[in-house]
Amino acid sequence: MSENSNPFTYAPAPESRELVSIESSYDLFIDGKFVAPKSKKRFPTINPATEEVLSKISLGGKEDVDLAVKAARRAYERVWSKLPGKERGKYLYRIARLMQERAREFAVLETLDNGKPIRETRDTDIPLAIQHFFYHAGWADKLEYAGAGSHPKPHGVVGQIIPWNFPLLMLAWKVAPALATGNTVVLKPAETTSLTALLFAQLCLDAGLPAGVVNIVTGDGSTGASLVAHKGVDKFAFTGSTEVGKAINRTLAASARPVTLELGGKGANIVFEDAAIDQAIEGIVQGIFFNQGHVCCAGSRLLIQENIHDLFIEKLERRIEEIRVGDPMDKNTDLGAINSKEQLAKIIELTQSGEVEGAKAWQPDCALPSRGFWFRPTIFTNVTGAHRIAREEIFGPVLSVLTFRTPQEAIEKANNTPYGLAAGVWSEKGSRILWASRELKAGVIWANTYNKFDAASPFGGYKESGWGREGGRHGLLPYLTHSSTPRVKSGKGVRR
Amino acid sequence: MNQLHASSSNLARDFGITDDRSLALFLKTLPGVDQVGAEARAAELATRSIKKESKSWAIDMAISMVDLTTLEGADTEGKVRSLCNKAHRPDPTDPDVPHVGAVCVYNDMVGIARTHLDSIGATDIPVAAVSTAFPSGRASMEVKLRDTRDAIEAGASEIDMVIDRGAFLSGHYKSVFDEIVAIKQECGTKAHLKVILETGELVTYDNVRRASYLAMIAGADFIKTSTGKVTPAATAPVVLVMLQAVRDFFDRTGIQIGVKPAGGIRTSKDAIKQLVLVNEIAGAQWLSPAYFRIGASALLNDLLMQRFKMRDGYYASSNYVSVE
Repeated sequence: MSENSNPFTYAPAPESRELVSIESSYDLFIDGKFVAPKSKKRFPTINPATEEVLSKISLGGKEDVDLAVKAARRAYERVWSKLPGKERGKYLYRIARLMQERAREFAVLETLDNGKPIRETRDTDIPLAIQHFFYHAGWADKLEYAGAGSHPKPHGVVGQIIPWNFPLLMLAWKVAPALATGNTVVLKPAETTSLTALLFAQLCLDAGLPAGVVNIVTGDGSTGASLVAHKGVDKFAFTGSTEVGKAINRTLAASARPVTLELGGKGANIVFEDAAIDQAIEGIVQGIFFNQGHVCCAGSRLLIQENIHDLFIEKLERRIEEIRVGDPMDKNTDLGAINSKEQLAKIIELTQSGEVEGAKAWQPDCALPSRGFWFRPTIFTNVTGAHRIAREEIFGPVLSVLTFRTPQEAIEKANNTPYGLAAGVWSEKGSRILWASRELKAGVIWANTYNKFDAASPFGGYKESGWGREGGRHGLLPYLTHSSTPRVKSGKGVRR
Repeated sequence: MNQLHASSSNLARDFGITDDRSLALFLKTLPGVDQVGAEARAAELATRSIKKESKSWAIDMAISMVDLTTLEGADTEGKVRSLCNKAHRPDPTDPDVPHVGAVCVYNDMVGIARTHLDSIGATDIPVAAVSTAFPSGRASMEVKLRDTRDAIEAGASEIDMVIDRGAFLSGHYKSVFDEIVAIKQECGTKAHLKVILETGELVTYDNVRRASYLAMIAGADFIKTSTGKVTPAATAPVVLVMLQAVRDFFDRTGIQIGVKPAGGIRTSKDAIKQLVLVNEIAGAQWLSPAYFRIGASALLNDLLMQRFKMRDGYYASSNYVSVE
């Protein structure tokens, strides 16, 4: 049998689209109701795998943001801040259970709107989002043990802006801790991926969540800017690019409002000569090609010990040839569509710079669909630390390979970046892993694995990768003000 | 220095292995297997969804890879003959169903199986014999060699030998190696040698990788997971590690070794998952009964039932397939 005539081509195994019903247009979710935008503007949201228009989304204007913030304020003052923690917890449990019941629907909707493979939404995004609600539901009545003093208080109204790479999961990372700690929320989903947030809004209604506790204002960058500038927001949380994060920080600089930022990264995956090679290859693939590389903590730099470079790259290329690129709705697809035309253009621009600067590109010879936004998995060898592809976040399925000779050199190169979100260490030697994890300046360090997340584990970055942590006990702290004395409310006695 | 068995091939020397020390050193310096990572990869590949034409193709391929096995103390001539009939015509109502890869029996049944297969025109189905004091391997070398010779003389063209797991676990790699070399020599050109690692007793994936290399360098034509008498047997991560081993060995030597999972593969779904592993770990060139076999008994009927389902659109009663 010749190598090229593989008779075992997997027939398409598409997930059913019938599981979701998408409306022709969507309103904003403010004060427990779906309301038409005052701005009167709407914009299309498309399926990046087909370029088909899925629906029209409301573009929230300044006035809409104001209404949402006011609704959140009312809900905070009249209802949410008065509820004991165990009652808030019940709502969170209810939301989590409803999400669980409709997990398949969320997964299909996310795949249609985002372009990521159904295998990932089904097995990663949605289960993790649900876990975040369950996890934080448990915290709601135990906040005095969170480490923010014996009587921690919420901030009030929290403004949150989330990215398009993990739409529902990022919503869960933001909304679950905010609600558990007693804050109310105005959330702006990413422009290209609003649908699961809007389904979540429906689910808040189904859960009987008091009106105004969660408000979802869809829109573009201008909507986000209005939210950031709004004086009625007590605390701000953002996940997205470092560029936008810096702009947000400039806006908030003069105010006393606290902010949490989860920004970009240029994660280093360090493979030592004594690593379990086959599993390290899996980890590298998982690290950079998971979610089309649209991952802030992606292992976009492979640092490989020079004495195993050639063998490793040969095996890595063979593994990448097995990656199945195509229809995200097919259960066998490993790599889906690039989320937007703009992102694709950015990936193309940066990879071209890689070739111009002298790095060597390699791609498997896989077919791509004719419509939609696609980019083949790519690895660059002969990369040096000065190349743009080794320094800038590409946010796509592109791996830059650098080499090192000694463990010290590996750490030096890994830390030589303005970012500091995540890193991976691959070695069978325990002492080396412990040493490297001390030396690396990154918020998350994985050993012999990569891109593993858990609601109980804090996530966040050093340097230009952001401030604050999300998840775990540490993730509660940015949503609480530290207080060790009982808060006295005018004439009404002590409230816990 | 404790030199290796005199007839060990040049292959061992190509790997720098000449004596017990260099053999142990070679096995110890093989890259480790990360348990969590290997299991995660196997679990990921288990989510592949094989439908329609690919499923039909996979079912027929799996049928042709089955080493239809009976290894019971209660085996009789009648039982073996009916097994041979089933191997030749798995579904008597449909001549398009391929015959299985081999019939696998205990030594004393080899002659009966061979004669019967020939008498029904199934001369192209090999008889595999489990020898070398199967399943424990606890006998003298003399007995193991004699056992092998008996099987070949009775008409076995495939020998499924067991390794001495006790020797392996206590680090006496050379004695394991020499046994394989000696049995291989006994097989000569008359029989293919499958080496059973009994991975359920080796326990760690590092051991599975080492034993795989040891067997391949000593001259195995196939490496096989288990006797079927020990659990766990052919788990997906174990097969994954063995498939990686044969692939890497092929890259290095150009010699293509086969893999045979045996034990615990009972359903079509299990079998198709195995084929996905073969396809994505070793590569398409292993998708052939010449390089991949599945040691099983109950599996064949489940494959036939699935074949009916694919053909007719509904599940038939199990009464429509023969129990033996």
